[in-house]
Amino acid sequence: MEEKIRVLVAKPGLDGHDRGAKVIASAFRDAGFEVIYTGLHQTPEMIVDAAIQEDVDVLSVSVLSGAHMTVFPRILDLLKEQGVTDMHVIGGGIIPNEDAEKLVQMGVGAIFGPGTPTTEPIAYIREWYAKRKPA
Amino acid sequence: MTRSQEESRGRTAEAARLAERLAQGDRRAIARGISHVEDGTPVGRALLDRIYTLTGRGHRVGITGPPGSGKSTLVDHLSRRLRERGLRVGVLAIDPTSPFSGGALLGDRIRMRAATQDEGLFVRSMASRGSLGGVAAATYEASEVLEAAGFDWILIETVGVGQSELEVVELADTTVLLLVPESGDAVQVMKAGIMEAADIFVVNKYDREGGDRRSQDIETSLEISGWNRGGAWRPPVLPAVASRGEGIVELLEQIDGHFAHLTRDDDSLGRARKDKIERRLRALLRRALLDRATRGARIDERLEEALDRIAAREISPYRWVETVLADWMPSGEE
Ligand SMILES: Nc1nc2c(ncn2[C@@H]2O[C@H](COP(=O)(O)OP(=O)(O)OP(=O)(O)O)[C@@H](O)[C@H]2O)c(=O)[nH]1
Ligand SMILES: [Mg+2]
Repeated sequence: MEEKIRVLVAKPGLDGHDRGAKVIASAFRDAGFEVIYTGLHQTPEMIVDAAIQEDVDVLSVSVLSGAHMTVFPRILDLLKEQGVTDMHVIGGGIIPNEDAEKLVQMGVGAIFGPGTPTTEPIAYIREWYAKRKPA
Repeated sequence: MTRSQEESRGRTAEAARLAERLAQGDRRAIARGISHVEDGTPVGRALLDRIYTLTGRGHRVGITGPPGSGKSTLVDHLSRRLRERGLRVGVLAIDPTSPFSGGALLGDRIRMRAATQDEGLFVRSMASRGSLGGVAAATYEASEVLEAAGFDWILIETVGVGQSELEVVELADTTVLLLVPESGDAVQVMKAGIMEAADIFVVNKYDREGGDRRSQDIETSLEISGWNRGGAWRPPVLPAVASRGEGIVELLEQIDGHFAHLTRDDDSLGRARKDKIERRLRALLRRALLDRATRGARIDERLEEALDRIAAREISPYRWVETVLADWMPSGEE
C-alpha cells in the first residue's frame, strides 16, 4: 500500500472565519493529500496534540487575527518540547513580509500570503516531501 | 551481513522499539505505529506480529449510520462519559477517500472536542483508501495497535454509509446503528440486512419531527425479521439528541448490557470473536495470496499486454486467466 502525504489544516484564534482554511483543505484533498481538518478556535496546544495523534507530515496553520508572532513560535516550541523533529510547519494568512521572514528563521517552512494560488503550497509540500523521503 | 538482512534487522528493531513505547502509552509511538500499519510497511507487519498477544482486551464498538446522522457528535459524548468512568478510550474515525484524486478530507475531529490533551483519549482519523465497506483496510490493525497501547474501549466511526456497507460488524464486538427521523423507510432498512447486523439502534436527532415513528418502524422491522433467530439479544431502539448529549447514558447502559451478554459465560465472547477471526484469517490469506500472485505471475505487466487483445475480442478473459495462472503455478499443485 502506498504512503500518503498527511496534512493537518488548523485554524487557531478567535475569529470566526474558516472559509480560507476550508478552501485550502479541499485543494489539498484534490491534490491527493489526506487532510485532517480540525475546525475553528484551536489553541496551539490543541493543534499540536491533534497533529501528533494524526502523525501528519505537514502542519498547515492559517492565522488571520494578527496573532501570528505568538501562535507560530508557540507551536514550534510545543513540537520541540514533545520531541517532534520530523513535522513540517507551514503557514498562511495576513502576515507582513518582515514577520514572515522572522518566522521562517525560527523554523516555519514557508508562509503563503493572502491571494496565493493554492497550487503554490501544494507544489511546495510535494517538493519538500520528495526531498525528505528519497524513494 | 547482506544488505537485506541488515534491513530486516533494522525493521525488527524499530518494530520492537515502537511496541515497547506504545505499550507504555507513548502517543507519538501509537501514532507512528498506526501509520506503519496503515501504509502496510514491513515495520508495520513486524509490529502487528509482536503486539498480537496484547490485543483482544478492548471492547470494540462500531458506530455506523448515514452521512451526517451525528456519529462524530455521539462518539464525542460517549468518550467523555467513558473518560468520567476512568476508562481509556481510543477512537478511529473513517472518512472516504476521493476516487478521483486519491486524497481525503477527514473532518470527524471537528465534532470531537473532547479529544485534546487527555492522555486517556486518542483519536485518529483514517481515510478509507479505496475500501468500500465503510472502514479502511487497516482499521482492524489500527484497533490492535490501540489495544496494545492499553485502551479499554475502541470506538470505530465508519464512513457515512448507505445501507449495505457494514464491514464494521466484522471488527466490532458491538455495532451501533444511528438513524435519523427522516432516513429511509422501514422497508429500506430491512432490505439491507441491517436488522441482523446492528446490536443497538439509535434514532438520533430526536429533537426533530418523526422520531417516534422512525423508532416504531424499526421495532416493527425487528419483529418481522425475527431478531431472535440466532441468540437471546434483543436489539434495543433508543432515542438520542447527540448534539445536546441526551440519550448517551442510556446508550452506554445498553452497550454494557450487550457486552455482558457477549461475556455471559466464560467462552461466549471467545466464540463470538472466533467466527470473526476465522473470516479475518481467510481475508488476510486472500490478500497475501493475491499480493504474491500479483508479483509472482507479473500480473500487472501481463494485464497491460493483454488488455488490448481482450478488448478487441481476440482472446477471452477466461482463457487469459487460465494461462497466467498456469504459467505461474505448474498444474498439479492445486
Ligand atoms: N438537530 C440535531 N442535530 C444534530 C444532532 N446530533 C448531531 N447533530 C448535528 O448534525 C450534524 C452532523 O453531525 P456529525 O456528528 O458530524 O455527523 P456524522 O454522522 O459524524 O457525519 P459524517 O461523519 O460526515 O458522516 C452536525 O451539525 C451536528 O451538530 C441531534 O441530535 N439533533
Ligand atoms: Mg463524522
